[in-house]
Amino acid sequence: MSKRLIVDPDQCTSCRLCELACSQLAVGAYQPSRSHIQVLIHADDAFFFPLVCIQCEDAACMDACPTEALVRDPDTNAVVVVEENCTECGLCVTACPYGAIRCFDGRAFKCELCGGDPECVKYCSPGALRYESEDSWSPEQRKAYAAQMQDLAEEVLS
Amino acid sequence: MRHAYAGKVLRVDLSQRRIREEPLDAELARAYIGGRGLATKMFCDEVAAGVDPLHLGNKLFLATGPLTGTAAMCGGRYMAVTKGALTGTIACSNCGGNFGPELKYAGYDMVVLEGASGEPVVLVIDDGKVELQPAGKLWGKTVHETEDALHKQLGKNFKIVSIGPAGEKLVRFACIMNDKHRAAGRSGVGAVMGSKKLKAVAVRGTGGITVADPKGFRAAFLDAAEKLKAGDVTGTGLPQFGTAVLVNVINEQGAFPVRNFQQAQFESAEAISGETIAEQILIRKRSCFACPMACGRVTAVKEGPFAGKGEGPEYESLWSLGAAAGVSDLAAVSKANYICNELGLDTITAGSTVACAMELFEEGVIAAEQAGCDLRFGNGAAVVELMSKIGRREGFGDVLAEGGARVAEKFGRPELFMGVKKLEAPAYDPRGVHGMGLQYATSNRGACHVRGYMIAPEILGVPVKMDPHATEGKAAMNIAFQNLTAALDSTGICLFVTFSVGGPEILAHLTAATGFDYDLDEMVQAGERIWNLEKLFNMRAGFGRKDDTLPPRWLSEPIPAGPAKGKTVPLDEMLTEYYQLRGWDEQGQPTKEKLATLGL
Repeated sequence: MSKRLIVDPDQCTSCRLCELACSQLAVGAYQPSRSHIQVLIHADDAFFFPLVCIQCEDAACMDACPTEALVRDPDTNAVVVVEENCTECGLCVTACPYGAIRCFDGRAFKCELCGGDPECVKYCSPGALRYESEDSWSPEQRKAYAAQMQDLAEEVLS
Repeated sequence: MRHAYAGKVLRVDLSQRRIREEPLDAELARAYIGGRGLATKMFCDEVAAGVDPLHLGNKLFLATGPLTGTAAMCGGRYMAVTKGALTGTIACSNCGGNFGPELKYAGYDMVVLEGASGEPVVLVIDDGKVELQPAGKLWGKTVHETEDALHKQLGKNFKIVSIGPAGEKLVRFACIMNDKHRAAGRSGVGAVMGSKKLKAVAVRGTGGITVADPKGFRAAFLDAAEKLKAGDVTGTGLPQFGTAVLVNVINEQGAFPVRNFQQAQFESAEAISGETIAEQILIRKRSCFACPMACGRVTAVKEGPFAGKGEGPEYESLWSLGAAAGVSDLAAVSKANYICNELGLDTITAGSTVACAMELFEEGVIAAEQAGCDLRFGNGAAVVELMSKIGRREGFGDVLAEGGARVAEKFGRPELFMGVKKLEAPAYDPRGVHGMGLQYATSNRGACHVRGYMIAPEILGVPVKMDPHATEGKAAMNIAFQNLTAALDSTGICLFVTFSVGGPEILAHLTAATGFDYDLDEMVQAGERIWNLEKLFNMRAGFGRKDDTLPPRWLSEPIPAGPAKGKTVPLDEMLTEYYQLRGWDEQGQPTKEKLATLGL
């Protein structure tokens, strides 16, 4: 059973260390604008949400991609970018319901789970990010997770 | 430019509306690290010590350190360096939140604000594109309204520092605020910004910061993060209760000042403690940038006359707006704190100034009709009302807007001001914590706790436990803390890490980030250099041994009750030893030999 990057927004304190950890590996600099994970901060409502690709089973980005530049990594279950196939057409960016893919420098960028050892998790002291086996989830956890994603979608769209 | 630094200084002449970039001086950066140190060096080179803080000849530096914006432990700080409007000393107010990192991502280590604009302006920095925009519509608005308006106009990604009405009205203890609730709080740096008619600086940066040794840097962070998590204060106390965890701790030591330092234990401490905050008003925890501890508290008072929401109150504010004024109503204290954040007031000085006025009132020196309200100790509603009035300089608030030293002087009772060099003391009675007395007397910006936090050894036992009622070893420990803190501040990380980590961990971050091959001695010596530089500025500004003293109450009125009953501060013996160990003469003047050693 493959693991999943679990986001528990209730534990998030908006420190953004995940953005720093991610961007250092992604682009070799501490550069939140280029992080695959972005903490949405609506401070007035005390709403903090680390937004990152959830590697959907039925991934809209893969369906939208006309050049087969997005493929499933069989080991980690992550949707990964095949750089040489990507034309930066942006269709995946539009298709993603969560805004978890962006384009820079002629290619799509997204979380690829660091090949199965996500760096952001190591920097998250409060435990808002965890990398866990999916079969360790109870039905309640699955429901709660689904509800959170629904809330997030409403938040992003509103 | 080198790693860790953005490599550029942005210089803005508000009189001439001229905007220039200049390269950061790498040699100076090594000697003064960055942030507090480097900005103070540049400030002292450029500004005459005798300048009126509110004159256009004063300059305001908003400076980051080399670790700001990196994944260093708590590496998100910027510092406002200037000559303080409240104190007339060198000022350096340190602040977290998200502004400092964003400034570096936009390409600048610091912004130097010179001259003064005729009309209100906002400085907008959008990566390399910098311009001054008219801010007439924002003038008069609160900090929160200003941030909301600028976010609407420029976009939500902009990070903003601004002043509220207090800064505009030159309240002598106005702050510079960012992220709505974070304050570069002390010494009146917001009044200096107000005197320049600069309402806000808004910045968006999409660039990045590299470090010289990414692997070493990562290891330094992960090591520190583990230690922070394991530490009592950093892993449990601060995350669980925020800085307010200290209310009960300090009160139990009998060093929690009450009613303008007339007592040192508050009978109602529990009502304004971190534990009570967690029960009654806490909504969630909030971090500054890159902080694993998250001591910030998002809170709300849901109903009643003091309904409101915001962040805090912090430990110091619970004290200054609470115990210092004899107030035990958490809702009133919270409301007063929210108002301070919205108007841009330093909560410590604001509350202490009211406490001073309350004692003057109870002594019959200030009359009720003059104050416009009942100023008896314990009147929370009066504290709330006065925060609004001070922040806008209305009525009696205009008198209090000058700060406690000037208020006590005006009413002929200067001894009732509880501070040093016109800066009100924070929430530790030095009669019960003697090293803190030495710290208050010698700190380069007046009675300040965050330049050499002697509570750590004297109360918390970090790095070693010292007897709070003894003088032995205090001078040496205070100097070590002051030097290390000056270096740490200059790197751009938060002082709170030092509850669990020390010089070696800070050094590991600094060398891996900058590539400078500092050793521990060189890093701490940079701190000593900075401390002496600040001291030299103050001496040129007219401060000397006569000013390195404490209010008569702390020197000669014993604490009336509690664990520290009968104690006063034996300052003279500690101060003499302090000057000797510093390599200063009897008047507190750094000797030529000492300055030569430091390259000053």
